[in-house]
Amino acid sequence: MAGKILRNNLAVAVLAILLVILLVYVYASTAIKMPGSVFLQHLTNGLSLGSLFALIAIGYTMVYTILSMINFAHGDIFMISLYFAFFTLSVFNMPWVLAFVCVAALTPIVGILIERFAYRPLRDAPKNSVLISAIGASFLLENAATYLFGGRPKVLPDIPLLSRVISIHSVNFQVVSIVIPILTFAILIALINFINHTKTGIAMRAVAKDHEIARVMGVNINRIISLTFIIGSSLAAVGGFMWGTRYPGITPMMGVMPGLKCFVAAVVGGIGDIKGAVMGGFILGLGEILIVALFPNISGYRDAFAFILLIIILLVKPTGILGSKAREKV
Amino acid sequence: MNKKTLHSIIAIAAILAAAWILNGILDSYVRRVLNLCAIYAIISLSLNLVNGFTGMFSLGQAGFMAIGAYTVAIFTVPVELRAAGFYLEPMNPLIAGIELPLLAALILGGLLSATFAFIIGFPVLRLRGDYLAIATLGFSEIIRIIFTNTQSITNGALGIKNVPALSNMFFIYLAAIITIVFMRLLISSSYGRAFKAIREDEIVAEAMGINLFKHKIMSFVISAFFAGIGGGLYGALLGTVDPKNFMFTLTYNFVLIIVLGGLGSISGTVIASFIITIGMEWLRFFDDELVLFGFKVPIFRPGLRMVVFSVLLMVIVLFFQKGLMGQKELSFDMLRQAAARVKGLPLFKNGRRKGE
Repeated sequence: MAGKILRNNLAVAVLAILLVILLVYVYASTAIKMPGSVFLQHLTNGLSLGSLFALIAIGYTMVYTILSMINFAHGDIFMISLYFAFFTLSVFNMPWVLAFVCVAALTPIVGILIERFAYRPLRDAPKNSVLISAIGASFLLENAATYLFGGRPKVLPDIPLLSRVISIHSVNFQVVSIVIPILTFAILIALINFINHTKTGIAMRAVAKDHEIARVMGVNINRIISLTFIIGSSLAAVGGFMWGTRYPGITPMMGVMPGLKCFVAAVVGGIGDIKGAVMGGFILGLGEILIVALFPNISGYRDAFAFILLIIILLVKPTGILGSKAREKV
Repeated sequence: MNKKTLHSIIAIAAILAAAWILNGILDSYVRRVLNLCAIYAIISLSLNLVNGFTGMFSLGQAGFMAIGAYTVAIFTVPVELRAAGFYLEPMNPLIAGIELPLLAALILGGLLSATFAFIIGFPVLRLRGDYLAIATLGFSEIIRIIFTNTQSITNGALGIKNVPALSNMFFIYLAAIITIVFMRLLISSSYGRAFKAIREDEIVAEAMGINLFKHKIMSFVISAFFAGIGGGLYGALLGTVDPKNFMFTLTYNFVLIIVLGGLGSISGTVIASFIITIGMEWLRFFDDELVLFGFKVPIFRPGLRMVVFSVLLMVIVLFFQKGLMGQKELSFDMLRQAAARVKGLPLFKNGRRKGE
């Protein structure tokens, strides 16, 4: 039993994360005398930020598996979804459930358009051209958003049901910070089942392995790739909506940092693995919040944490925590 | 002396003389734009060395520029003006009293940038493709974050003002020409051929006995050195240095330039630097209101320029992947042939007609 758990990468990684959290707790309560309730507060914040990262990271990892490219524009799709949320909620005054559905339905259109016009024409081009095209798409979205919506931050209206603060044993948290992790896990389980047990999911895995062979087996490659972008963008939209409830300011450049961090999360967890992306998201979210909580004097370096983690991971285990070894084909 | 070398020397002398003369004639706005063209050419060449000639995809240029710009800013601001800028926290006493001339500060900036590249090169250059792009981009952000937080050295988010303004065209064009000549000599040397071999196929290059890591780090360090010099000139041209200037979106400008000019072409990069920089200035009319026949055209408002700019980038990437020059170089022969074609003269030069 114990040996079986130790051979499972996922189980080991989860155990290691729990152990690190425990050690951090011991450190926090002894060295800087942080009360348990405050620690729990930070932990909830970290978990909800981590699940937001996870939702965006799934989109990165799925596109990377299918097309082996970084979808640089993914962070900006997330940003656009926040603007959709703003317009549905405060311009069209929709009830939030309807707004949520609208955002999740509209954002994938942006994703499909980007794939169709920026990536599809370059499918057989050298990798660097695709990378430049992705950068260009991201730049275009940012500039278009600045032009259309202005650079001044827009604020999402309050959604009382989600932003209500509950306090249990002097730990205060918003409802949304509990909803997000639950939603993320539900989506994760649904997605894993979809990929492993449906015909489309199998086709998706086939395309990830080899485009040519998948085509020979009768898979419509373009349809599968579009579907991947739809799933990725709608998850980014779900993440965006929740993000907006938690951190209300919306600006055209706000997708850049979360986008980069979520790519890091996907790499840390092991690119090509949805569970890995979610785990990477949690590591990143928890790490960022806990580091700032424990060492307030280096809080200015908060954004550097993700990149330092990326470089460490790439040096120690380039395939990521859950990734399997890939051999270079000559 | 070979005829081509002679021609090149004459051309260089002509450009420098023109820069010397124009420096006295042009108004400050035009001079500033032309200076920016030359500085962008230096930085784009440094990026093209890594991305175009060595085939690695680095996105760290903004960070290396920041190192150069901050070195120039920190060491060239007159000592007596420093206290006024550093009012939140006084400047670190170790550097507060040191003032360097611009040239020394520039070279120091280049060297610091190169040293930094050497240090990060060991872990980073083991990566390939997208991973390298993300890691270099990450480091460029880390540099910016460090500069935002080291209040007593870089004055944090306030930035450094009162940097002695540089507007001497001769000096900047001399720097650009030195960069171009150096790159040309480097590319035609055995090192340059090794870089190109790595670009074409790493495995084959290694099989041919090229030390991959040595050449990659060499290309990376040289690139960082020139990016540092370019960044220093950029800081001196602006007169203020601020961490927000060095967001990684700055790197995108240079990516656009090298893609437009042709990945792996020195002359293409230089031409594209001028086209893009002047074009960006010229496109400013998109941001102003336009009144046609008494009607205000509604789409012309601030921000449109950047939209047009990014659409252009996409068009170039999608439809003109080779850029202006591809991997070719502009040469005197090419100019002569172009001139002959314009005059409608048949080309008997090589003893055969076109298509024969």
